[in-house]
Amino acid sequence: MNADILNLRRETVPEALRKWEREFRQSAKGDAVTYNRSGMAIKPLYTQQDWSGDRYEEALGHPGQYPYTRGIYASMYRGRSWSQRQLIGLGVPEDYNARVKEILDLGASALSLIPCNSVFRGYDADEVPHELLGTCGTVINHVKDMEVALDGVPIGDISTAMNDPSPFTLLGFELAVAKRRGIPWSRITGTSNQSDCISHFVANHMFFRLALQGARRVVIDHIKFCNLHVPNWNPLSIVGQHMQQAGATPAEAMALTLASGIQYAEDCIAAGMEPDQFLPRFTFFFDISVSLFEEIAKFRAGRRVWARLCRERFGAKDPRSWRFKFHGQTSGVDLTRQQPLNNIARVTTQAMAGIFGGLQSLHTDSYDEVFSTPTAEAARIAVATQNILREEAQLTDVIDPLGGSYYVESLTDEMEHKINGIIALIDEAGGMYSAVESGIVQRMIGDSALAFQKKVDAGEQVIVGVNAYQVPEDPDEYPVLEYPDQERIQVYLKQLAEFKRTRSGAEVTRALDELARSTENKDSNIFEHVVKAAEAGATHGEICGRLRKELGFGHPLTLV
Amino acid sequence: MVLRPPRVIVTKIGFDGHDRGSRVISATLRDAGMEVIYTPPWQEIATVVKLATEEDADVIGISSLATDHLIIPQLMAALKEADLSDVQVIVGGIVPAKDEAALLKAGVARVFHPGAALDDIVTDVITLTAKRRQLQGESV
Repeated sequence: MNADILNLRRETVPEALRKWEREFRQSAKGDAVTYNRSGMAIKPLYTQQDWSGDRYEEALGHPGQYPYTRGIYASMYRGRSWSQRQLIGLGVPEDYNARVKEILDLGASALSLIPCNSVFRGYDADEVPHELLGTCGTVINHVKDMEVALDGVPIGDISTAMNDPSPFTLLGFELAVAKRRGIPWSRITGTSNQSDCISHFVANHMFFRLALQGARRVVIDHIKFCNLHVPNWNPLSIVGQHMQQAGATPAEAMALTLASGIQYAEDCIAAGMEPDQFLPRFTFFFDISVSLFEEIAKFRAGRRVWARLCRERFGAKDPRSWRFKFHGQTSGVDLTRQQPLNNIARVTTQAMAGIFGGLQSLHTDSYDEVFSTPTAEAARIAVATQNILREEAQLTDVIDPLGGSYYVESLTDEMEHKINGIIALIDEAGGMYSAVESGIVQRMIGDSALAFQKKVDAGEQVIVGVNAYQVPEDPDEYPVLEYPDQERIQVYLKQLAEFKRTRSGAEVTRALDELARSTENKDSNIFEHVVKAAEAGATHGEICGRLRKELGFGHPLTLV
Repeated sequence: MVLRPPRVIVTKIGFDGHDRGSRVISATLRDAGMEVIYTPPWQEIATVVKLATEEDADVIGISSLATDHLIIPQLMAALKEADLSDVQVIVGGIVPAKDEAALLKAGVARVFHPGAALDDIVTDVITLTAKRRQLQGESV
C-alpha cells in the first residue's frame, strides 16, 4: 500500500488517525487503493486531512449561490421536484397522441417526443424501408402530423422536449401548430433535445446532420431565432450522454460536454450575441452510470466549472447565466440482458446518483431496454422508481445531503481538476470543432470504451450476471414490445401521399427556394426559413434534403 | 498449417448510428490478428454486398441497436443473389429472442447479445472463417 495514501506523511496527522491506519492494515483485504471509472485512485477513508471545509463559500457556496456546487436554486427539490421526463415515441402520430393523453391523465407535467429513426436521419416515411417505420419512435413528417400528435395537448401550458436534431423541423412544426391555434410563441416552453451537433459528430451517428460548417451555422441561427421569437424555449441542450454511452469515462464526458458548451458560447458571441442573452437558455443532458459517488462528484464539479467559465471566461453578469441546468438519463449501457430484473436495482442506484447530483429533470430507463423499446409494465416501474425515491426514501428532504462529506468533496475537487485538464487539451486543439475534425475526441472515447470492455472480460470490473453470479435462464421468459402493425404504417404512407397531393405545391416550392437562398446569405437566419417552410407544408424530408443539397451532408467522422 | 487471417467486415445497416459496439468489436478482432474492414454506420445493403465481393470477406458482422436487424433478411437475400451465400453473417446487439429465430432462419450464422464475451466472439469468427473457406473448397 502506498504509504502516503492517507497523507500520513504530513506532520499534522493526529495520532488517532495513525492508529486507525495501523489497524486498517492489519485487517483489510486486497489493495487499499481502488480506481473509479474515470481512473481516479480511491482511498479507503477520507478525513479532514482531505477536505477541511475552510474554503466553503468560495468552493461550494450555499444552494443557489455561486459557484453552485450545492445546487443551482436556493430551495432545490423543496421548491420543486425534478421533472419526470420519460421518453415517449412509437408508431404513428395517432399512437403518440393516445399515449400522451394517458400520461397527462396520470399527472405528467412535461412531455417528450421521440421521432422515428427515419425522421432522425432526415427522411420522410416514403423514402425508407417500411419495416423500420415507427419501431423506435413516432413517424412525424409534417405540420399536420404534429397537429394530430398534439391534439388536445395544451402546448401553451405544458413543456415539450423534442428529440429534434438540426435543422429543428419538429420545432418548426410545433410553432406552426401554435400559430394555427392562436397560441403566442412566447408561451411555448421546452427544449430542443439533440440540438448539440458536436455530440453527433463524435459519439452518436443516429442523427441527420449537415456537413460540419453548415451544422455549425444552423445551430447558432436556431439559438438566435429562439432567443428573439420563442424566448421561453431552450434552443440548446448540450449532450454528454452520447459520449458516455459511447465509452467516455464520467470525467471525460463532463469535460468534453463543457468544452462543447464553450464552443457554442464562443460562436454565439462571434455572431454578435450577448452572453447574458443566450447563456440562461443553455441546458445540458447527461448519462448517469451506476458508479454512484463518481457520478455525484461529476455533477457537482460540472456545475462549479460551468459557473466559473460563464462568469470569468465569458463575463456573464446575470446569475441565471451561471446556472448549470441539466437533465439526466440513467445509463442504458450499464443494463444487462442477463437477469434483467436486476436492472431495476441498477436504475435505482443511477437515479439516486442523479438526484444527489442535483439534476433538474430525470428519465429512468426501463429494465427491459436490453431487449426492445420498453413495454408498458417496465415503463411504469421506471416511473415508480422515481416516485419511491422521492416519496418513500425521502431523498428530497435535504438539499445536497452529501455536501461536506470528506469523500464527496474531495472527489468533487479531483473531478474538477480532471475536467479542467481535458478542457485545456481541447482549448489547445483550437476548440471542439477542430478537436473533432482532428479525431482526438473520437479516439479518447474509443480508447476508453475498449479499456472498459477489457476490464469486464478480465473480470476486473464485475458485472453481476454477466461475468459473475450467473444463473441459468431463459431469454424468452420476458415480454418484449410488439412492433407497430404494418397495416397502420401502410395507412400512414397513404395519408402522407394525400398530404403531399393536396397542399399548395407552389407555396412549398417558394418556401424551400427561400430556405435555399438563406444559406447563401450570412445575414439571413436559416432556421427562420425552416419555420416558414414548415408552415407552408414542406415535409421534414424536403427541408432536410434541401439543406443537405445546399450545405453538404455530414458523413461520420469516425475511426477505429 | 497456419490459417490465413480472417477477413471481416464490421458494419451497420439501416438508420441507427450507435457505434460503440462496432468499434469495440473491430478493435478486438484487429487485436486478435484479423483483417478488419470497418465502415461507419448507415451503410446501404448494396454497399455491404459490394464490399463483401471486393474485399473477399469471410465474415460480415452487423451491429444493431435500434431494430435495424429487421432488414437483415434483405441483406441475406442480396448476398444470395450475388452468389455470396458462403460468406458468414453474424449479428450483435439488441435483438429480441423472437426475432433471433427469424434471423437464423434467414441464414445468419450467429447472434450475439449484450454481455457476450469478446473472446467468444473471436473464437466464433475463426470457426466461421474456416467454415466459409471449406464451403469455397479451399484448404484451411
